[in-house]
Amino acid sequence: MASRGGGRGRGRGQLTFNMEAVGIGKGDTLPPPTLQPSPLFPPLEFRPVPLPSGEEGEYVLALKQELRGAMRQLPYFIRPAVPKRDVERYSDKYQMSGPIDNAIDWNPDWRRLPRELKIRVRKLQKERITILLPKRPPKTTEDKEETIQKLETLEKKEEEVTSEEDEEKEEEEEKEEEEEEEYDEEEHEEETDYIMSYFDNGEDFGGDSDDNMDEATY
Amino acid sequence: MTQAEIKLCSLLLQEHFGEIVEKIGVHLIRTGSQPLRVIAHDTGTSLDQVKKALCVLIQHNLVSYQVHKRGVVEYEAQCSRVLRMLRYPRYIYTTKTLYSDTGELIVEELLLNGKLTMSAVVKKVADRLTETMEDGKTMDYAEVSNTFVRLADTHFVQRCPSVPTTENSDPGPPPPAPTLVINEKDMYLVPKLSLIGKGKRRRSSDEDAAGEPKAKRPKHTTDNKEPIPDDGIYWQANLDRFHQHFRDQAIVSAVANRMDQTSSEIVRTMLRMSEITTSSSAPFTQPLSSNEIFRSLPVGYNISKQVLDQYLTLLADDPLEFVGKSGDSGGGMYVISILTTCHLLSSFLSRFGSRCARIFRLVLQKKHLEQKQVEDFAMIPAKEAKDMLYKMLSENFMSLQEIPKTPDHAPSRTFYLYTVNILSAARMLLHRCYKSIANLIERRQFETKENKRLLEKSQRVEAIIASMQATGAEEAQLQEIEEMITAPERQQLETLKRNVNKLDASEIQVDETIFLLESYIECTTKRQ
Repeated sequence: MASRGGGRGRGRGQLTFNMEAVGIGKGDTLPPPTLQPSPLFPPLEFRPVPLPSGEEGEYVLALKQELRGAMRQLPYFIRPAVPKRDVERYSDKYQMSGPIDNAIDWNPDWRRLPRELKIRVRKLQKERITILLPKRPPKTTEDKEETIQKLETLEKKEEEVTSEEDEEKEEEEEKEEEEEEEYDEEEHEEETDYIMSYFDNGEDFGGDSDDNMDEATY
Repeated sequence: MTQAEIKLCSLLLQEHFGEIVEKIGVHLIRTGSQPLRVIAHDTGTSLDQVKKALCVLIQHNLVSYQVHKRGVVEYEAQCSRVLRMLRYPRYIYTTKTLYSDTGELIVEELLLNGKLTMSAVVKKVADRLTETMEDGKTMDYAEVSNTFVRLADTHFVQRCPSVPTTENSDPGPPPPAPTLVINEKDMYLVPKLSLIGKGKRRRSSDEDAAGEPKAKRPKHTTDNKEPIPDDGIYWQANLDRFHQHFRDQAIVSAVANRMDQTSSEIVRTMLRMSEITTSSSAPFTQPLSSNEIFRSLPVGYNISKQVLDQYLTLLADDPLEFVGKSGDSGGGMYVISILTTCHLLSSFLSRFGSRCARIFRLVLQKKHLEQKQVEDFAMIPAKEAKDMLYKMLSENFMSLQEIPKTPDHAPSRTFYLYTVNILSAARMLLHRCYKSIANLIERRQFETKENKRLLEKSQRVEAIIASMQATGAEEAQLQEIEEMITAPERQQLETLKRNVNKLDASEIQVDETIFLLESYIECTTKRQ
């Protein structure tokens, strides 16, 4: 008590504890007081630890990126519905829209889930294919299928950079086969005058949502 | 749940499942257990969307539900389970090293889909493997099943709790939600099914806890339309078992670093022997006699018994106390604490420099030190020592302990000692790790978004090239298409790829640290 009262009474510059005990000697220059928040990117004094490299590190890295891409393709990835635009446009027919209806694409085991969660499972859109593509005979060559998958992939706006082509194909194979449909190559006659893959109407900046495609888009 | 954890969960959910699931998931993590309508109301999403999201989350074991009185079902999210998603690649890689590609694909399918029946897994994996094999060869289901059984035997996959079958009809209306039960001994029981190519045998293990033999319906299925034989038995990846494996690996490598290869082999053998007998969070393994160890040593190491005994004595006498003698031979958790210290040290090294690390280790060893003593022991000039001590103090790695000499706690007559509390330092570091991973993910997303247009363009070009190659286009045409991407754009793409790779690799590394810190905190708090 005495020292505390004494400290206050005897004038400023006196601290309540003995500075030397903590280690600040007399006459030592203290660092200047901080008047502003610390810089956003302070200079790094020491080099950070090197990242894992070598076969294992690279394999795990590739695996991670693949997984990320794969999870986006699975039916568990729920995309929010695209808000309806003000005016109906011609291009709407050829662009994908999100799942506006309230169905899910996979079939859970309803016995394991609470009853209140039950929603209908989206049926595979065989019917919709026939409505939109009446003139196109299904061609089922192996090449075309893979090309189509590639074209489908690019529309999915994958953010994966180092995906291997093989893995992509494998993942596509796992999806229900019925959802893929065969349609002609670009060189063949089509309904539109424009080759869709070259068509970029600039509205992509808005960030269309996408989904498993069931329409003839490129 | 701390803010950093919640933020990280939100980023992970968004990346892997989309925004709707993310919104619901984060809301549940924040607010705890809630019924369906409240969730819909609070998050402002439609009821159907909430249902969708909950189905996905429950499927992936991220959310569990409980029936409360009056039939209200409440849902609860498990934050820690969401954070495990960071570690998926590591799990898959580990399985690859242990069980080769087949095992790897099995675990990958289980992780991607949450839970699956065994037949579904086998089918998918066989299909995938057949893809990569040469034309004409197919993957036999039997081989995949064998790997699956091995995984189940070593507890890397486990059964999910299942719906209890009711023998008689329900007296009243069926409950709003099933209560899932799991029998401890059934958890790794693989249903005996032989898949395509041979005759189907009857299901011999049932969900029924009463152990009713044989399924009621005969199962002679040859086509896919019939109900699958192991309907209702779902499997999931057993993450705890993986963690145990990682821990053992860390211990073994630490021993190998400290001593030589042989001693690490001994420790590995000991750990393997107690793999299934010890639960994953026990502080010590079961005592093992040296005879048992001797017998279970791998064949390549034919060292005599005396040498083995010598090694054991060496291990026991080691100051780091890996192995304790007679009584508890196996100090699993001691080693974890050592490993944590090493990690704290290395993080110090990177942030503050080696001198700071020296001081830190010193204070750790001597438990409490005064300012002057620190200077003397560490052999660092006073000014620098002071500076570093205060830096560490301000970051909360160190704390001050007051020891008054006089009853009135006069500051001039009190000892101030520096001390390190590992547990709190570990927690702090863990918190920092979460924050840093969240930052890494955000940065990666930012980078990708910035260059989205470029990425799309390059993908489109690739697709066009591939299609042209498939139809047999000429070289000149291909060249032309390739030039659609200009050189600076190509460079930009390269930089982007490099950056994203770096960020991903850092995420993986930080996750390893997180694992160590988490296991340390878990076992220390359990011990107390």
